[in-house]
Amino acid sequence: MSISLENVTVVSMGASIVTDVSLTIERGSINVLLGPTLAGKTTLMRLMAGLDRPTGGRILVDGQDATGVPVRERSVAMVYQQFMNYPSLTVYENIASPLRVARLKADEIDRRVQRAAAVLGLEPLLGRLPNQLSGGQQQRTAIARAIVKNAELVLFDEPLANLDYKLREELREELPSILREAGSILVYATTEPLEALLLGGLTATLSQGRVVQFGPTPRVYHAPSSIDSARVFSDPPLNEITVIRQNGSLRLGQDLVVPAVGVTAAVPDGVYRVGFRGDLARIGTAWPSSISFSGRVALAEIGGSETFVHVETGLGTFVCVERGVSMRQLGQSVVLHVDADRAFVFDEAGSPVVIAPNA
Amino acid sequence: MSRITLEGIAHSYPRSATMALQPIDHVWEQGRAYALLGPSGCGKTTLLNIISGLISPSQGRVLFDGRDVTQLPTEQRNIAQVFQFPVIYDTMTVAENLAFPLKNRRMERAAIKARVAEIADLLDLTNDLPRRARALTVEAKQKVSLGRGLVRADVAAMLFDEPLTVIDPALKWHLRSKLKAVHRALDLLMIYVTHDQVEALTFADEVVVMKDGRVLQVASPAQLFERPEHTFVGYFIGSPGMNLIAAKISDHVAHVSGHDIELGARYPKIKNGEAVIGFRPDFASLVPEGGIPVQVRRVEDLGRRRLARVALGPHEIFANVPEGVSIGGGQAGLTIQQDRLFVYVNDELVLGDRR
Repeated sequence: MSISLENVTVVSMGASIVTDVSLTIERGSINVLLGPTLAGKTTLMRLMAGLDRPTGGRILVDGQDATGVPVRERSVAMVYQQFMNYPSLTVYENIASPLRVARLKADEIDRRVQRAAAVLGLEPLLGRLPNQLSGGQQQRTAIARAIVKNAELVLFDEPLANLDYKLREELREELPSILREAGSILVYATTEPLEALLLGGLTATLSQGRVVQFGPTPRVYHAPSSIDSARVFSDPPLNEITVIRQNGSLRLGQDLVVPAVGVTAAVPDGVYRVGFRGDLARIGTAWPSSISFSGRVALAEIGGSETFVHVETGLGTFVCVERGVSMRQLGQSVVLHVDADRAFVFDEAGSPVVIAPNA
Repeated sequence: MSRITLEGIAHSYPRSATMALQPIDHVWEQGRAYALLGPSGCGKTTLLNIISGLISPSQGRVLFDGRDVTQLPTEQRNIAQVFQFPVIYDTMTVAENLAFPLKNRRMERAAIKARVAEIADLLDLTNDLPRRARALTVEAKQKVSLGRGLVRADVAAMLFDEPLTVIDPALKWHLRSKLKAVHRALDLLMIYVTHDQVEALTFADEVVVMKDGRVLQVASPAQLFERPEHTFVGYFIGSPGMNLIAAKISDHVAHVSGHDIELGARYPKIKNGEAVIGFRPDFASLVPEGGIPVQVRRVEDLGRRRLARVALGPHEIFANVPEGVSIGGGQAGLTIQQDRLFVYVNDELVLGDRR
């Protein structure tokens, strides 16, 4: 089975919510919709589910026009950010409820509920009521209910957003294998780049109601097709500098001129936007080819496995990600080296000039 | 100056058999940033509410600069609070919102105007001053909530209860550095409650890690990461958390599933040698040859790093895959940085003799 959006547009109260989205999603892998709040993720999911009609364009299910076919006539399950369970039903009955609606035989229901409970680690909790569960357990129950009926389309709308950090981390770890079992078309919306990377599969980056890139998750991460895609898929935010390339040199800002090395060596003269994620900016030690400039430490945030050092320079403030705990003195003068072999170079329209070699 | 002292503070809720908060003594110093970190139900919000005066503790005293305020309501404590959701007047402009607490205190108009301008500047809200609060983004609204707390000159402490929950990841970066800037500029005591380790560690000078109403460790972010004193701290901080493996210790060697792991220190006093060894994935690496033989289950590309999930007997372990090392499936070797390998008995850190 496949579901396709063809030139889909949604306009609400005069405002464009979704603009000309074309996307085909197939069974067999997780499809992540990655983008900030209001990028259009939930709207796209509601369209796929048949809850809303697009203003323009078509929705095809297995090549058949399904635009406007109500959700009842489609095989769809959805997991929301809020934990939604029937408060008066046990975990077992919550998971079983869609199967009871479908009037399955009791032994078939039991087989499927037990299977889903095993996959989600809910076996010891089947007799409990939702209010006797932690948030993580409640959301596991909602996920079990969504996958138990083998719906053709299962939609996850930021299902981990309301969970404690640590529970989120654990469920994230387990979700890929849980979802592989489901055999449905899976669509998963999130605002968090790391979540997309952990889920793997395919990722569509969304920005302001448009799908900016769609492809295998690591490829979208390592080889963004536009500056917007790179921005959506960067946390901490993408560092960016405007450079003017002229006769083998790069002019950065007002008065800094450095040799055009790495990816900037091969591009023609012109104005470019160089984008680099925090791990490609290093303090003190140069890369094999670096674009380097000086600044001072404005903030050093220890985040556990990584330290985020904010460096204020004449070109703006950049976040540099250092491994482990790194002690940096505030106000300290430093030289920042950007890995010129792996940085992204975009033209003024935001299209990549060089495709990253490690893609 | 302002300093908040907790003396033997403990709390249990009515009709509850368990202590929501075990006895705590702690001094919160002026100009420092603290985080209360722990999972849901650990007591962190209870503790914050005791400091703010929303809850009166079952035991102990709360002192503001030595003055007992245990029974005083929030309004009489000179604290400002920011909650998960913005607390502002939607129909007022940003300027009116910021001026509101000062008008209530009958401050002079000119003084109000000056103070509002100052705080707006600090929070990058100057351009938003004439706008209706309703029209703002959630991030800007949260900044206005913060500003409403900060305008009062007599604020002794700023308390935050998960203030970034509803903020998009990209904007969290901005708001977080804003908070730090405010903290440096105003030299305030700040206490920040969260379940999110990244928020706690990036915000605070000192983090209080709590679980089941107990304080497990109070330390700097670096110490919590590099030297957790409790297995829960090891697990809760770091993504993924510390690898914790049951082991039999004989002097300087840990026996795990038929393998010997050199500890780099002597532990002669552990009863029956029964302990747990702990090491962070960040201090363990996979190598193609040598090391402790492990089975590779999965290697994940997390963008900035590659993380492997491996098995050592029945134990599951996370380890780094160093750049340039190629690991397929099957066998690999695990190496652990010895000075980052710790021994725990009954969940508490045991120090070895490193001579």
